Amino acid sequence: MTALGALFYLLAAVLLGAAILTATRRNPVHAVCCAVVVFLAVGGLFAVLGAPLPGVLMVVVYAGAIMVLFLFIIMLLGLPAGDGPLPAGRLLVPGILGAATLLALFVLIGADPAAQTLLPAAQASPAAVGTLLFDTYWLAVEAVSILLFAALAAALLLGRGRPGPGQPATGGRGA
Amino acid sequence: MDMWLGVLVMLVKMAVVLGVALGLAAYMILLERKLLGRFQVRYGPNRVGLFGLLQPLADGLKMLLKEDIIPDGVDRRIFLVAPAVVAGTALAAFAVVPFGEGLTFFGHTVPQVIVDSNVGLLMVLALSSLAVYGLALGAWTSDNKYSLLGGIRGAAQMISYELALGLSLVPVVMHARSLSLSDIVAAQSGLPFALMEPVAFATFIIASLAETKRIPFDLPEAENELQAGFHTEYSGMRFALFFVGEYVNMVLLGAVTAIFFLGGWHGPFFPPIVWLAVKVLAVPVFLIWTRASLPRLRYDQLMALGWKVLVPLALLNILVTGALLVLNA
Amino acid sequence: MADKKPSLVGEIVEGATGLIGSYAATLTHLFRKPVTEQYPEYKRPMPERTRGRIILTRSPDGKERCVACYLCSGACPVNCISMQSEEGPDGRRQAAWFRINFARCIYCGLCEEACPTLALQLTAEFAFCKDDIADFVYEKEQLLVDHGGRHPDYDFYAHAGVAAGGPKGSHIGEDDPVDVKSILP
Repeated sequence: MTALGALFYLLAAVLLGAAILTATRRNPVHAVCCAVVVFLAVGGLFAVLGAPLPGVLMVVVYAGAIMVLFLFIIMLLGLPAGDGPLPAGRLLVPGILGAATLLALFVLIGADPAAQTLLPAAQASPAAVGTLLFDTYWLAVEAVSILLFAALAAALLLGRGRPGPGQPATGGRGA
Repeated sequence: MDMWLGVLVMLVKMAVVLGVALGLAAYMILLERKLLGRFQVRYGPNRVGLFGLLQPLADGLKMLLKEDIIPDGVDRRIFLVAPAVVAGTALAAFAVVPFGEGLTFFGHTVPQVIVDSNVGLLMVLALSSLAVYGLALGAWTSDNKYSLLGGIRGAAQMISYELALGLSLVPVVMHARSLSLSDIVAAQSGLPFALMEPVAFATFIIASLAETKRIPFDLPEAENELQAGFHTEYSGMRFALFFVGEYVNMVLLGAVTAIFFLGGWHGPFFPPIVWLAVKVLAVPVFLIWTRASLPRLRYDQLMALGWKVLVPLALLNILVTGALLVLNA
Repeated sequence: MADKKPSLVGEIVEGATGLIGSYAATLTHLFRKPVTEQYPEYKRPMPERTRGRIILTRSPDGKERCVACYLCSGACPVNCISMQSEEGPDGRRQAAWFRINFARCIYCGLCEEACPTLALQLTAEFAFCKDDIADFVYEKEQLLVDHGGRHPDYDFYAHAGVAAGGPKGSHIGEDDPVDVKSILP
């Protein structure tokens, strides 16, 4: 086994362990911490497979932004934190569903002969990815960004609530 | 054989970079205290050793010998790990920072960087975004309302300004046509990007000031409102680790600014390493000067500055830069 | 503040001048001589009436001024002065032992005001530290000095406590007797 191979299996083991912990923790902050480890390990796996760009994006977007927001919300809500794992009964149905999905995934990947090779797009340089995104598929990217913007505006509008009697319709000060 | 040599070279490089970063950070504390003193018409520490040069050593020793208090009601594991996250992410970011062009030893060319990745810029951003965890987790686990407030402020502030930070670097990438830090420096052999992109430079400096949580953006630790914010409950070496993180971050910010905007090691007359050192040190000196000069922002001012000024300005700058690049092509 | 909201340009100019002004102010400070006094090397001359460590002074002839009258002990609000009086070989009253607990002393100076012979005086010495709190209890030997302190020429027994030998008006500091007939209306 090469050094990179050993690193791959090590990262994979860390990933699996952290993922299981994420799914079973009762304390939301512990779950978030484990999820961050999962995303870091996924980033590392991408890097080991020779695709640093998706790896770094995984860390920047998921570990660095989305999970921080999760943590932020958990801290803001101040939920009473439990400890230890969830009871096995509550894990049964999600566990079966997850196992079924995993099985289906493996069967599908195994059935495809192209699964043995790495996706060339994943290993592409940042410049190539950029060209692909903003040249070939620019319409789709713009459509998605407009969709996200619409969702953002809608959320803002909903979050403002209805103006009460004698209260101006403007929202509170905030960002 | 060659592989082991490579491993050895890598280890030596890591040791050198780690030593330089930590040593610089330790003396950054002394520099800050000295300079702040002079800005306030006093001397600053000058007792330990000649001109107080051994002060960092004395501080470190003091911190090491202090009791490591773990308060009741904290989440022990997270409490213990949080300071290391702050210091670790700051140190790890030095892995992609180049210190010069390749050196040649016995016919082998050794690049003066640990990892010359083609996504180096993104790695710097990724590690700076991970530093939030140390702050937020340390604050949450301290089981102290002031810490929690500091942590929430810190998380919101760092998420907000990360956006402006990333956007302000886009024009740099557009000019350099690469995310590799070595390529970015190579692209500035003529004019540094600070002169080509003054708006991006200004946004970057302000956003990175906020990212390092220094005055005027030190709301997470605002001493006179939140005692010490997220590190209220920390003591001894764990408390010091937060500070090691902050000062390593200052040095990192200097290095990154030098590479992204000030032309890295390029400069007339003097050898490259001198230019790099001058540029790396100029940024922390500016930060200290800022600390001596400006008062802390109010929280709504901070958010308004980030979202209503810096982000639109950075986006506009990207648009203008792109248009100019297309017109020039 | 004007009633009208300032324009955007005005706001930017105002903000920029504020920023530049504060940066410039700190920059000028950088080139000024620090105002710090380097304490152990340079000791600032203390004001004349600084209330620091207490001493027992002597008259110009070298004898102890203290007559062990207990007035300082009585005046002391924290009861840190104690003594035992006795008669010396020359017939003068003196303290058999005299003790001040500086760990308890609040340096209020009431003892100095109470002292009729100007024996007890407060000096400007304020920095005396000990490892052991018991060392702060000063005995008479440690309190006695061989000078007159703030009043080097004063001698209590020359003023009082002695029989007036000469005619009226010949004593130290005594005015000539007033001829009552000269002040008649």
